[in-house]
Amino acid sequence: MKLPYDLPDASGHFGPYGGVFVAETLIAALDELKLAYEDARRDPAFVAELEYDLKYYVGRPSPIYHAKRWSDALGGAQIYLKREDLNHTGAHKVNNCIGQAMLARRMGKPRVIAETGAGQHGVAAATVAARYGMQCVVYMGSEDIRRQASNVYRMKLLGADVVPVESGSKTLKDALNEAMRDWVTNVSDTFYIIGTVAGPHPYPMMVRDFQTVIGRESIEQMRELCGRQPDAVIACVGGGSNAIGIFHPYIPCADVRLIGVEAAGDGIATGRHAASLSAGRPGILHGNRTYLLQDDDGQIIETHSISAGLDYPGVGPEHAWLKDSGRAEYVSIDDAEALEAFHALCHFEGIIPALESSHAAAYAARLAPTLGKDRILLVNLSGRGDKDMHTVAEKSGLSF
Amino acid sequence: MSRIQSVFERLRAEGRKALIPFITAGDPSPSLTVPLMRALVDAGADIIELGVPFSDPMADGPTIQRASERALANGVNLERVFETVAEFRKHDGDTPVVLMGYANPIESLGIDAFIAEAVRVGVDGVLVVDYPPEECGEFAARLRDKAIDPIFLLAPTSTPERIARVAAQARGYVYYVSLKGVTGSASLDVESVAARIPEIRTATGLPVGVGFGIRDAQTAKALASVADAVIVGSRIIEESERSTPGDVVSRVRALVAELRGGVDAAGSLR
Repeated sequence: MKLPYDLPDASGHFGPYGGVFVAETLIAALDELKLAYEDARRDPAFVAELEYDLKYYVGRPSPIYHAKRWSDALGGAQIYLKREDLNHTGAHKVNNCIGQAMLARRMGKPRVIAETGAGQHGVAAATVAARYGMQCVVYMGSEDIRRQASNVYRMKLLGADVVPVESGSKTLKDALNEAMRDWVTNVSDTFYIIGTVAGPHPYPMMVRDFQTVIGRESIEQMRELCGRQPDAVIACVGGGSNAIGIFHPYIPCADVRLIGVEAAGDGIATGRHAASLSAGRPGILHGNRTYLLQDDDGQIIETHSISAGLDYPGVGPEHAWLKDSGRAEYVSIDDAEALEAFHALCHFEGIIPALESSHAAAYAARLAPTLGKDRILLVNLSGRGDKDMHTVAEKSGLSF
Repeated sequence: MSRIQSVFERLRAEGRKALIPFITAGDPSPSLTVPLMRALVDAGADIIELGVPFSDPMADGPTIQRASERALANGVNLERVFETVAEFRKHDGDTPVVLMGYANPIESLGIDAFIAEAVRVGVDGVLVVDYPPEECGEFAARLRDKAIDPIFLLAPTSTPERIARVAAQARGYVYYVSLKGVTGSASLDVESVAARIPEIRTATGLPVGVGFGIRDAQTAKALASVADAVIVGSRIIEESERSTPGDVVSRVRALVAELRGGVDAAGSLR
């Protein structure tokens, strides 16, 4: 299948999805950002500096590792892990934050703001703000602050102000609303670092571009390691930045299945989940048109997942397009299956994965036994699980 | 001539400026919305902006978000908003009603159904905060076909090219956001507003309303002396939050009457 893959178009649309659904007060800021980004991506000096920091600060390239013991135990396809968990700050989020912080500096904005759910993007933003000597404010739902105390402390250590958000459901979507409000008010000196491939154009495109380093490295590394590309690439999808980062370079490789794994929470049938592509319908939120979890009146509903990073009622518009076009498949994994994969990776490979990434691993564990031993699955292990110790311990009836 | 246009024509003839208060439908309770709308008119409102609640009102400040949350908790959806307008229209056939809200509830209902209902109950204008002209050409055209005015925002950061693009789609009036920020923000710089209005007037003959940050009769007066209409939202909702169900209507009426005094103390429409 051949996709006309120069999306988004000039106005930021992926077919019917994406776009710029914001109040007039934000239009000028988005236009300024679009021009600055277009200029930066074509500037060899910008690209070279980005590559330098990704190599020497983040520690790229992240390796691909053959999870042989686990694959043998599952008795089918060989599972390979793209180790984004080994990046500085422990997840793929930093790839994007470095790019956006460099852009902020180039645009002369001394203050950066970010929203965060679990705190991973907030920590990455606080980290690069410290690295580039910028003021950093992170908006975080008060409910998430309570659940993620250690990440809140990390951000504070790194010099960021963490602002609790008390509105709405007091979680990620409300933090995003609040960050947008800050941006609208302080737009002359402030750069908004969005953490995922959502938001108004150019964010879904720009964040994707910064994250495609994952997929570009993977193509080279798989060629070296296996002499061929995997049969399927599997990644978890909340907003969808790690997934688009590994999927995008593979889109022209028609033989490679692209499988996005959403959070089914307590199970899709219970209504307590975060699977917008699997169980939602198109609508408009946070500046773009995409699949959303919403009620019959078009109000956004609260989501549930054991992993805070997947706990979002929308999804990046490019995933909506990939779903409708059939180029990518979207499936879901519930809390229990994700936990099982979490423990399996600890047990067989000595790797503690993030609960988000455990969803992708769980789907690989479901798929692998149905395939021959000569087949290859590449899982994007998007983050490490240190941040999830409390959640997992609690599930096992322990507390610290 | 649309009802909104008639209002501005009449005011111009009388040498007065328009006062446009905003309340959220269903806040503080659905049964109080029509009494509140009538009190706004009694106190001198020329046009009413009626907020359609949304779970994620990104362009609004905390005050209007709270109003939205209360309305949603009261079970208010678009169907109830249309019922409210229909009820209001039983006793008031003259005062224009503008629905103000976000795109998702409208698209969820369906654009055809939304416009049909708006026509049926007597809505005069629609302002969808997160529909810039680029994303709603067809919607705006269909509103205009049905003689409903699409109202658009302009911001301090809008370039002359954008002002022209917005003006080409807009009818009724344009809503100039008086400051960088969200609704209910504190500081308002009348001089910088005054400085931008001539630029807007060169792009459109539509009346210019100014909102965001108007808190009392003094600011209302100052803005009414440079613009055609003064739009007040958060301050009215704050007043309602300080009230009881028993005195909310009278307190809001008194506040709007005071704002009316401010507006009328300014000079006449150009």
